[in-house]
Amino acid sequence: MDLGLLAPEISLAATAVAVILLDLFVERKGALAIVSVIGLMVSAAFTIAMFGDPAQVSFNGTLAVDSFALFFKLLFLGIAALVILASVDYVSKFERFQGEYHALILLSALGMLLMATATELITIYVSLELASISLYILAGFLKDPKSTESSIKYLLLGATASAVLLYGMALVFGSTGTTQLGEITQQVQALGAQGVADNPALVLGIILLIAGFGFKIAAVPFQMWVPDVYEGAPTPIVAYLSVGSKAAGFAVILRVFSSAFGLPDWLSLDWGMVFAVLAAIGMTVGNVSALPQTNIKRMFGYSSIAQAGYLMVGLAAMGVASAGETIGQSTILFFLLSYSLANLGAFIAIIAITNKIDSDLIEDFSGLFKRSPLLTLGLTLCLISLIGMPPAAGFMAKFYIFGGAAQNGLLWLVIIAVLNSVVSAFYYLRVVKVMWLGEPASVEKVPSSGALRVALTITCLGVLFVGILPGFAMKAAELAAKMFGI
Amino acid sequence: MAFDIAFWLLAIVSVVAALAVVTLRNIFRAALSLVLCFITVAGLYVTLSADFLAAVQILVYVGAISILLILGIMLTRDVQLGSPTNKLRFPAFLAAIVFFGTVAWAVLNTTWGISPQGPLEPTTATLAGKLFGENGYILTVEIAAVLLLAAILGAIVLVREK
Repeated sequence: MDLGLLAPEISLAATAVAVILLDLFVERKGALAIVSVIGLMVSAAFTIAMFGDPAQVSFNGTLAVDSFALFFKLLFLGIAALVILASVDYVSKFERFQGEYHALILLSALGMLLMATATELITIYVSLELASISLYILAGFLKDPKSTESSIKYLLLGATASAVLLYGMALVFGSTGTTQLGEITQQVQALGAQGVADNPALVLGIILLIAGFGFKIAAVPFQMWVPDVYEGAPTPIVAYLSVGSKAAGFAVILRVFSSAFGLPDWLSLDWGMVFAVLAAIGMTVGNVSALPQTNIKRMFGYSSIAQAGYLMVGLAAMGVASAGETIGQSTILFFLLSYSLANLGAFIAIIAITNKIDSDLIEDFSGLFKRSPLLTLGLTLCLISLIGMPPAAGFMAKFYIFGGAAQNGLLWLVIIAVLNSVVSAFYYLRVVKVMWLGEPASVEKVPSSGALRVALTITCLGVLFVGILPGFAMKAAELAAKMFGI
Repeated sequence: MAFDIAFWLLAIVSVVAALAVVTLRNIFRAALSLVLCFITVAGLYVTLSADFLAAVQILVYVGAISILLILGIMLTRDVQLGSPTNKLRFPAFLAAIVFFGTVAWAVLNTTWGISPQGPLEPTTATLAGKLFGENGYILTVEIAAVLLLAAILGAIVLVREK
């Protein structure tokens, strides 16, 4: 056993425990955020130190430390750090449980880290539950009726999705006799295309796995929880959910579907088309439902459904592509990076603004440019990135992911996706228009703490950097995708 | 043969008990049906030679969880009103039937691989090796421990007043 390979996870768990204990003794609760961020940075340092080492399997095949896992680990650690920075103002309103709040964010991040690195179905499931249960609790942290409703809805639907996922895993285990992804790969290859088709239990298992993971990434038709949960949950947690939980879901889907069920041409072609259809429906449903929204958190809920649809274009390309080609994987990784930066940035600005105006309605954002030019500028940049316009990161991300799909003969899907991007511009730009051209309700400035400003600066610079010089991030994504499946 | 009869008896009772859990209006009775369901499932484990699992099922589910559940109901006000009516009863029933049909069809139409080895008895020592041994699932067990920590934090946060 090589505990060294688990250094990022162990240090993160230790930080979470330290934060809980520190909460008992420290009067100035700001220290908790500092300790959490330092812990995340230590964990990130361990992760970075592992880059370049050859991929390793450990713990009897339950864990794979490859550059794919490391890429995602860094992404999750970054997301968690930004969420904690963004929470500083928000959390200061809590009278109690600040330690628990930070600890749960860290534990959820730990679950996501493990999801990215696990290569065994039971471990994947337990890690997923660790990430999810922490998020269910965080969603209900405000304990007002809306927050509680959001938490209960998330818990009930999430538990159902988990049951479906477990059922799928049980069927896959029953058909292959193993829960190790590597051994499942061998079994499925040995069966061949015809063998899989003659085994309805295995096919049903794969379908149930898609359904269970589909809930995590908020893909249609498992998206109905999104708007209600987003509306009621604390805003920093919504930011965390919309980015972290989605990226973790994609990490697992990529791992499971490009190793275990990737190979027989017949099968992969089939699930490629399933993802293509789901992607098309997801984008359209998300974007069209976002159009009439008046609450910005609900709007972002629907927009995140649409973004999951764009990401699934990459999954479809991956399913249709010939064996050994990783264009689908690398473009998904790149898209996830740019989406995370832009969505987090947008939410950080929204947290600062709603803290002051105490309303989530888009019309109350009127004239914000006059009250806080820098916040408005940051939010505008992130919205432009989410639409996919240059020079922001979202443009390159969409360019790569749609280009990859077009190369693999999914031109119809790309046309639908581009049309959808045009529709999405309507509601994103409406927010921009209200902020820049609307009349301000008051002349009071919108204050923001140093931590929030740092977080917003990091995300905005990231969006610009990835958008203007995409080469570096794309190299990293390609490297992470190639190391796949060991 | 005796195991076969026991299996079918237990299976029928557990399904009926599970149906009672979702259809009974009185929550207290529903909870007791759930306990019955837990017990029969433990019996099913015995017929499948999973002795350790059966013991754990009795200890954890029948013992601890049932008591928590019933205590929780007793401490809740408005319980005598029963479970409220649900407009979606019929669609939910239909969806459940369709799902059941699909799963049953898939399971019946699959040629399952059957191990030539007989069942392992007793299973406890081997399970211990699998869970905590050198080449086992120790990492997964540890993650489950962290999961419990998160759940305890959640219970404290959600139950104590703001």
